[in-house]
Amino acid sequence: MYKRLIPFLATAALTVVVSASVRAAEAAADALVRQISVDVIDTAKADKAIQAGDLSRIATLVDTKVMPHVAFDVVTRSAVGPKWREATPDQRAKLQAEFKTLLVRVYAGALAQLKDQTVEVTKTVPVPGGNQVVVQTEVRGKSEPIKLDYRLDKPADTWKIIDVNVGGLWLVQNYRTQFAQELAKGGLDGLIATLVERNKSAGGKG
Amino acid sequence: MNTPRAAPAALLCAALLASGCATVTGAGAPTPEDPWESFNRKVYAFNDTVDEAVMKPVAKAYKAVLPQLVRTGISNVLGNIGDLWSAANHLLQGKLQTGLDMGMRVVTNTVFGLGGLLDPATEMGLVRRSEDFGQTLGRWGVGPGPYLVLPLLGPSTLRDGASLIVDRQFAASTLAKSDNLGYAVTGVELVNLRANLLDTTQLLDAVALDRYSFVRQAYLSRRLDQVYDGAPPLAPMDNLEDPGDEPSKPADPASAAAAAKPASSPAR
Repeated sequence: MYKRLIPFLATAALTVVVSASVRAAEAAADALVRQISVDVIDTAKADKAIQAGDLSRIATLVDTKVMPHVAFDVVTRSAVGPKWREATPDQRAKLQAEFKTLLVRVYAGALAQLKDQTVEVTKTVPVPGGNQVVVQTEVRGKSEPIKLDYRLDKPADTWKIIDVNVGGLWLVQNYRTQFAQELAKGGLDGLIATLVERNKSAGGKG
Repeated sequence: MNTPRAAPAALLCAALLASGCATVTGAGAPTPEDPWESFNRKVYAFNDTVDEAVMKPVAKAYKAVLPQLVRTGISNVLGNIGDLWSAANHLLQGKLQTGLDMGMRVVTNTVFGLGGLLDPATEMGLVRRSEDFGQTLGRWGVGPGPYLVLPLLGPSTLRDGASLIVDRQFAASTLAKSDNLGYAVTGVELVNLRANLLDTTQLLDAVALDRYSFVRQAYLSRRLDQVYDGAPPLAPMDNLEDPGDEPSKPADPASAAAAAKPASSPAR
């Protein structure tokens, strides 16, 4: 009987400790998201070029303010999926660089559509089975609020963003589907080629 | 009031005919939520053609000709009428508080906003939370069914497409006194909607690798999100970590590759 009881009690005790620390951790995660949001919006409001819709300027803003808080290795790996294991270091580096450019553009493009808005952190929910959390925010302005959620993980001692949900769409998860399609067609090199081409053509247009 | 109903059927036929020659670029394995992919891709291609040729230019002209103030006014009036149906759907979903809020929003905008031309309710904190009949069905457990691209109207699912018929019974165009006026209102609704989406579709061009599947995933996950009021079950996202090993930094040992075969994409 005791043989069973001890693991049970240990688990229970651990659960209490973990849930207490999770609660504290959640607070830190939403503070981080709030800080990033406020920082980005304030900078955007003060910058004339951004107000005028200068995409490259917004991309720079995203690159300096948001990207340092993104666990980019995790993000790229998630998007590429199982094939990541077969990738050479060179392919991995290329995938990361190109995907980063792509994501910065997506996020910047979404930001460019925001004018006179405020961001409010509405809720922070833990992801079952792990120490990840989802911080939900809402961008409020003249029209219907837009949902902007962040999924964060704490691999070491700081929170890192591992996915972003814009208006109901988890970006990294969605790219996983997109990538799977390209991988099925042309393998890793095919995917890299598509990303390079896409980034180039969009860069030329913008 | 029933005549507009015949239009979609006619358009469906037109789409089928027009797409007869379009090539289907199936992307390998079929996606479980999109069993009708080859048909959907044809309709999608048709929609894209119509959009490029008609809707987009018209929406651009609309945006160029009418000043922002007028366009906002039109959006507000149409939105206010739509809000009433949203309020009803909140109540149908058993969400009393948000239903009453949306009801108050309509009353406020109608009375103090010159019949809906202005939007004082948002300033007062009564923000718009749109709900349609598809979401109401979803709330009560009706699954989305297969993904379906509707001619002209774009991404949908079997459930949402069918619900659209109900939604349209309460659309702004049904308030029109004559059929012709009804068509005109529907036309303005569509153009207004397209004009509001111009920036979004421009963004889509820049970010999607395959527009069709990007739009599909975006639509399906957005609808799931809406049905769950922004908090869909998180379980499907847990597979995110699969490809890598638990600790974030170290390079995956190649030997682990065979052992840990991840259960690729989650069922959505």
